[in-house]
Amino acid sequence: MIGLEHYLTVAAILFVLGVLGIALNRKNVIVILMSVELILLAVNINLVAFSSFLGDLTGQIFAMFVLTVAAGEAAIGLAILVLYFRNRGTIAVDQINQMKG
Amino acid sequence: MNELVMQPLSQSLSIAAPELTLALGLMSLLMLGVFRGDRSLVGLTWGAVIIYIIAGLSLVNDPASRFAFDGLYVADNFSAFLKVIIFAAAGVCSVIALPYLKRARSDKFEYPVIIMLAALGMSMMVSAADLLSLYVGLELQSLAAYVLAAFHRNEARSSEAGLKYFVLGALASGILLYGISLVYGFSGTTSFAVLGPLLGAGSSIGLTIGLVFILAGLAFKVSAVPFHMWTPDVYQGAPTPVAAFFASAPKAAAMGLLVRVSMEAFGGIADQWQQVVAFAAVASMILGAVGAIGQTSIKRLLAYSSINNIGFALIGLASATADGISGVLFYMAVYLAMTIGAFLVVLSLRDADGRLLDEMNALSGLSRSRPGMALALAIFMFSLAGIPPLLGFWPKFSVFNAAIASEHYVLAVIGVVTSVVGAFYYLRVVKLAYFDEPLGVLAPQESRINGAVMAVAAIFCSPIGMLAIGPIVRAAQSASVSMLSF
Repeated sequence: MIGLEHYLTVAAILFVLGVLGIALNRKNVIVILMSVELILLAVNINLVAFSSFLGDLTGQIFAMFVLTVAAGEAAIGLAILVLYFRNRGTIAVDQINQMKG
Repeated sequence: MNELVMQPLSQSLSIAAPELTLALGLMSLLMLGVFRGDRSLVGLTWGAVIIYIIAGLSLVNDPASRFAFDGLYVADNFSAFLKVIIFAAAGVCSVIALPYLKRARSDKFEYPVIIMLAALGMSMMVSAADLLSLYVGLELQSLAAYVLAAFHRNEARSSEAGLKYFVLGALASGILLYGISLVYGFSGTTSFAVLGPLLGAGSSIGLTIGLVFILAGLAFKVSAVPFHMWTPDVYQGAPTPVAAFFASAPKAAAMGLLVRVSMEAFGGIADQWQQVVAFAAVASMILGAVGAIGQTSIKRLLAYSSINNIGFALIGLASATADGISGVLFYMAVYLAMTIGAFLVVLSLRDADGRLLDEMNALSGLSRSRPGMALALAIFMFSLAGIPPLLGFWPKFSVFNAAIASEHYVLAVIGVVTSVVGAFYYLRVVKLAYFDEPLGVLAPQESRINGAVMAVAAIFCSPIGMLAIGPIVRAAQSASVSMLSF
C-alpha cells in the first residue's frame, strides 16, 4: 500500500536533487533551469499528496498556481539566458564571473 | 476558510482598490506604450506617477471588512503604511531613471510599466493574509525584478546581474514553496488567521521545518545574511536606477511580509523563529559592516550597507513586540529615504564625457567641484551610520530600545558595535568627498528633478527631518497595533 510517507519521500528526494543540481552544477545554466523545475515539481507532489490525504482542495488549487507561475518563471529565465548568451557568447556557469568581491 | 460566508465580489473589489488601480493603470500604460512606441517613455512615467498617487489616495477608504476575497487579502493600517512607502519609492525610482535611461539609450517604454508591475506584486505581498496570496504576490514582484535587473539589453554586466538574480531568486522561491507545502500538510490550512490560533495550541516537527524553509525563502528577499550573496553582484550589474529601486521598495515589502508571516501566522511559536531571526540579524549586521570595508565600487558598498541595515531592522522583529514591529516600520521608512538619496548621488556622478562613474575615487574632492551634492552625500552617509542629530539615528534607537525592553541585550550590544564598524566605511566616503584632491572633472547635474529629489531626501535625513518623526512613529505604532490585534 502506498501511503502519504512514500509521496513525501519521493518529493523530498526530488527537492534535494534539484537543490544539488543548482549548487553542484559547474557546466550549463540550462541544467539550473531544469533543477528549478525539479524543485517546483517536488513541491507540487507534496501539495497534491497532502491535499488528497487531508481531503482538502486547497493544496490542489495551490498546485495549479505553482504550475502557472513556474511557466512564467521559465519563460523569463530563458529570455534572460538568451540575452546573456547574445552578450557573452557562452552560458557556462563558471564563466559567469564578471562581478566579484 | 470554508466556514466564511462568501463575500460579495463588489465588497472585495472596493477593499482591494489600490491593487485594482495599479493593475488597470499598468495595463492601460502598456497599451499606450505599445501603440506610441519608446518616445512615450516620459509621458508614461508621469502617467505612472499619477496612478501611484490615485492608488495611494484609494488607501484612505474605510472598508466595512478588513478581509477581501474570502480571507486571501487583508487591508489594515500595517499594509497601508507599507503601501504608502512602496508607492512613493516606486514613483520616485521611475522618475529619477529618466535622464539615465536616455543617456544609456535604454529608454524603452517598458521601464515604468515593469516597475509598476513590481509595485503591484509588492502591495499584494504586504496585504497577503494567506500563503497562496503571499506566494503569488512575491512571484509577481520577483519576476518583474529579474527583468529589471537585465534591463540594459546590450550590456554583459546587466544581463549577468539578471541571470544571477534569476537563478538564486528561483531557488529561494523553491525553498519558500517547499516550506509552504510542509506547513499546509502539517496544519491543513494556508490561511494566517487559522494558522495563528492553531499553532498557539501546539506545534509539530513538520511545522517547524516548514517554518524554517519559509524564513529562508523570505530572508533571501530581504537579503539577510545566509542568503545575501546575490545583493552586491546584482546591485553592481543592474542599471543604477534599478539598483536604487531594489534597495528600497522591495526591501520594505519583503520586510513587511516577513513581519506579517512571523507575527500573524507563526505568532504562536514565536520562540522558534525568534532564534532564526536573531541569528540572521546578527550575521547581517556583522557581514554588512565588515564586507563593505574593502569595496571600491560605490554600488557594492551600498549593497553591503543595505545588508547591514536589514540586520538592524531585523532586531526589531526578533524582539517580537508591538514596539519592535513599529520600530521595523519606522526603520524601513527612514532607510528608504537614505538609500534612494545615496543612489541619487551615484546617479549624478558622471565624468566629462557623460559616462557614469561607479568607483569610490570618483567621489574625491566632491566638496570642491559640487559642494551641494557633497553636503547631501555627507548627510546620507552620517545618517546611514546613525550619527545622532541626523534622522538615521532615531530608527536605530527605537529598534535597540525594543530589543532591550524584550531582554535581547546581546542583539542590542552587537548592533551598537557593528554600527561603529559600519561608521568606518561611511566616514571613508565623507573623507574622500571632503579631504581628497579632485581626480577629474565631473559633468554638471543634468536633471533639475533629480537634484530636487536629492535635496528633499537630504532635508528629510537632516536634523530638520526630526519634525517628521512624530507622525511617522504614530503611524507605525497604529500599524503594528492593527496587525497584532488580528
